[in-house]
Amino acid sequence: MNETNDTTKPSILSIEGLSIAYDKDKFAVKDVTATIKKNAITAIMGPSGCGKTTLLRAINRMHELYPNISTQGKIKLNDENIYEMSTIKLRRRVGMVFQRPNPFPTLSIYENVIAGYKLNGIHLKRSERDEIVETSLRNVTLWDEVKASLHKKGTFLSGGQQQRLCIARALAFKPDVILLDEPTSALDPVATAKVEDLLVELKKQYTIVLVTHNMSQAARISDNSMFMYLGELIEYENTKTIFTNPKDPRTEGYLTGKFG
Amino acid sequence: MDQTNILIEKKAAEILPDYFTGRKFKDRSFLIAIIFFSLITISFVFLIIGSLVLRGYHQINWAFFTETAPDTFTAMMAKTSGQIIPGGIANGITGSLYLVALASLIAIPFGVLIGVYLYENSEKRYASVIRDITDVLQGVPSIVVGLIVYLWVVVHITHGYSTLAGSVALALMMLPLIIRSTEESLKMIPDTLKEAAIALGTPYYKVILRVLIPTSFTGLITGILLAISRILGETAPLMLTTLGNPAINWNVTKPVSAVPLLIWQFYNDPNMVDLIWSSTLFLMGFVLILNLLSKWIAAKRNS
Repeated sequence: MNETNDTTKPSILSIEGLSIAYDKDKFAVKDVTATIKKNAITAIMGPSGCGKTTLLRAINRMHELYPNISTQGKIKLNDENIYEMSTIKLRRRVGMVFQRPNPFPTLSIYENVIAGYKLNGIHLKRSERDEIVETSLRNVTLWDEVKASLHKKGTFLSGGQQQRLCIARALAFKPDVILLDEPTSALDPVATAKVEDLLVELKKQYTIVLVTHNMSQAARISDNSMFMYLGELIEYENTKTIFTNPKDPRTEGYLTGKFG
Repeated sequence: MDQTNILIEKKAAEILPDYFTGRKFKDRSFLIAIIFFSLITISFVFLIIGSLVLRGYHQINWAFFTETAPDTFTAMMAKTSGQIIPGGIANGITGSLYLVALASLIAIPFGVLIGVYLYENSEKRYASVIRDITDVLQGVPSIVVGLIVYLWVVVHITHGYSTLAGSVALALMMLPLIIRSTEESLKMIPDTLKEAAIALGTPYYKVILRVLIPTSFTGLITGILLAISRILGETAPLMLTTLGNPAINWNVTKPVSAVPLLIWQFYNDPNMVDLIWSSTLFLMGFVLILNLLSKWIAAKRNS
């Protein structure tokens, strides 16, 4: 059940018996096992409080920022256990984009894109920097919109542009995986469509894991979908299959709008 | 609304002229009362500034900023011949700036670091203890701060009144203000910004140094400026720690003068009365400028 039928693509992440508890025995994620395919979009769906964001954050260990958290199980990134890696290295390989666009307000657009390098004290030559900024912005189709104002602050951009800037910031490190936590929930439909098109384009180069509240978004752009409920992974399937022929009654109930 | 109430109002409206009845009248009279009391408050500020300018302006010239305070005999001679008192308060101005600079040097690093700690660990018991102690420190009367620093620094370290002792006393008074303003301005930063930096694999100390502090920079500066303008006028702790100095002094182990100390000295010397007003005008103006500057910075941040 926790393997998708799609065997054509190699997997990049494997989650093995992952349980995450707040306090002592309040489980946010319960014994989740799944493998995530390379160069695919994997959507995680489920009602509020089902643990989907915690599961996503566990992939780059951002969940460890919450107080009193305990984690059991493993997540392997290319056969390396991420809980034995340094968080700094891990987070460079697994980028993250958040619900609300959060460019650094004190930095220019240019500096925002290479913020990862700047904040980590990695020194780059000017030509390298220029190239990274240009490719990252081109990747998110923002280059033509901002190339004239690269050295202005990123905060004057529209919400959708800011979110694409944040995606560019995550891309600048050339990560293996990009995690997105409801990236379009603060955007209008036009900006949402742009981000969705962009994600489909990006999966050629990157692996994308997407938490979404929006079922139709999962249906539109994801290859595989997980349905989580009360911390458990109920069903994980090819998106088409899960939407047309869900196996579990709870998945069906959620997808048909009976709860959620 | 209550049926009877409406009836009563209708009745009242028939008996009394319109503007004496009901909500409109209450509203109007309340507004007038507010304007009246605010005008009284504002006029006090202008009266203070006005009388300082009127009494102080004629002593303010180039020498006021470049020369030290005259002795009482010179001042008396000038007064009896109807001239303005020669000399100025350069020893006080340089002393005040020196004391404030040293105090800031001590208080800002401590205050900002403690503020960052409180922000980062706001839930912990230890943090709330520190927060309470900070509040207590803020409430300690300045004369008590002066006495304690006298005991610690004047008696045991510099073995005499000194600039160091004065700046330690002022630093102790700045510290709670800076801690609180640092914590408050860091709290204004959305958590998502911190997460953005952490998600880029930024080591924790760099998140603080390169993201949190730059983002709340204007808030920090505003807090520091307000703390400085707060301590510029402090007199009591300085009397017990640095005493005063008729000459300009840059040696931290020697006593130094300060504008509020000079005002007190002038007050005790009948020949120097004129200098009180010009020194006070200077102090007031300086504090006012710092206040306006911090307001301007805060406004710039919000726009």
